[in-house]
Amino acid sequence: MKNTIKTFLIIVTFIVASAFTLTGDNEGYKVGDVATDFKLENIDGKMVSLSDYKDAKGFIVIFTCNTCPYAVANEDRIIALDKKYKPKGYPVIAINPNDPKAQPDDSMDNMQQKAKEQGFTFPYLMDKGQKIYPQYGATKTPHTYVLQKENSKYIVEYIGAIDDSSRDASAVKQKYVENAVDALLAGEKPKTTSTKAIGCSIKTL
Amino acid sequence: MKNIVIVFSLFLLIPGCKEEVSVTKANQLNEEKELASKDNIPTLNYNQLKPWLNKKNDKTYVVNFWATWCAPCIKELPYFEKVQKDYKNKNIEVILVSLDFPKMKASNLIPFVKKKNIQSKVLHLDDTNEQFWINDIAGSWSGAIPATLIYNKDKRQFYEQSFTQEELENEIQSFIN
Repeated sequence: MKNTIKTFLIIVTFIVASAFTLTGDNEGYKVGDVATDFKLENIDGKMVSLSDYKDAKGFIVIFTCNTCPYAVANEDRIIALDKKYKPKGYPVIAINPNDPKAQPDDSMDNMQQKAKEQGFTFPYLMDKGQKIYPQYGATKTPHTYVLQKENSKYIVEYIGAIDDSSRDASAVKQKYVENAVDALLAGEKPKTTSTKAIGCSIKTL
Repeated sequence: MKNIVIVFSLFLLIPGCKEEVSVTKANQLNEEKELASKDNIPTLNYNQLKPWLNKKNDKTYVVNFWATWCAPCIKELPYFEKVQKDYKNKNIEVILVSLDFPKMKASNLIPFVKKKNIQSKVLHLDDTNEQFWINDIAGSWSGAIPATLIYNKDKRQFYEQSFTQEELENEIQSFIN
């Protein structure tokens, strides 16, 4: 009888524990977590991984797309971030998390066209099979992750919006991503580590 | 004598006529106002919107955050419209909070609401302090739309997801039963 109770308790513990683990997985990364590397196709047909960037000190990983008005409103700001921080060791890596089957305008062809029209200076990768964005916990476009390279690991240092005026670049007061990368460049931790902004839900089937 | 009577009755008539005219005018004005309010969706900042998210009466409120540019939002709007129609007598009120950019209100939002003949209450939120109000509406909200808040005086739940008609009605049932 005692054994039955013991077994029962163990099973209950397992169920409760696994329930919590599942919830944790769904939430994606928190600041301080180690981010996964990836191998995703760029608009030039080549595969890109974080580990390709031997000299990078970190990365500005931005989940974005062709179609979302908030993503479009941030295109110039994303280019400006890359131009400013690539030479300092923090290049922008843009990833389109949308499944073109659910959002045809986010196909590779359209990504190529968008990059050409807007003059993207950074890789624009397709999250084929939608495997990477759920691990990061991205829920929308645009959704930014600032990563810091430490002993060949990528530590999440900031999650959220590019700045405090997602839809109007002329009204920006706080540049969250710039502040975070500037802090890391100064050998400090970012003061603001997560922010929120309205964005478009990621489109999957 | 006859003439006097006519003149006298004319005098009597005049004020009556005047009153009638003014009543008609007032009716016209009211109708115009109503028409204007249907076309002219109120634009609110978050302080002005907040009372709509915190009413403490006997109704259950279904508050959907959407925009005309958001394809999954547009897809689920008919489900909210159906709820607004079918649950009218069950103390349910649907509020559609548009997050359309301010410059898109006249060009996109108002024509869309007219064209689709949206019956639910439509409010337009224009408040740049997203850092504050996204968390204030729900700590769990990342900011992605579509998103929906269902609440009444006893219960409150936030959904960062798209709904099917069935899913939406199931959730609403859990508030009214």
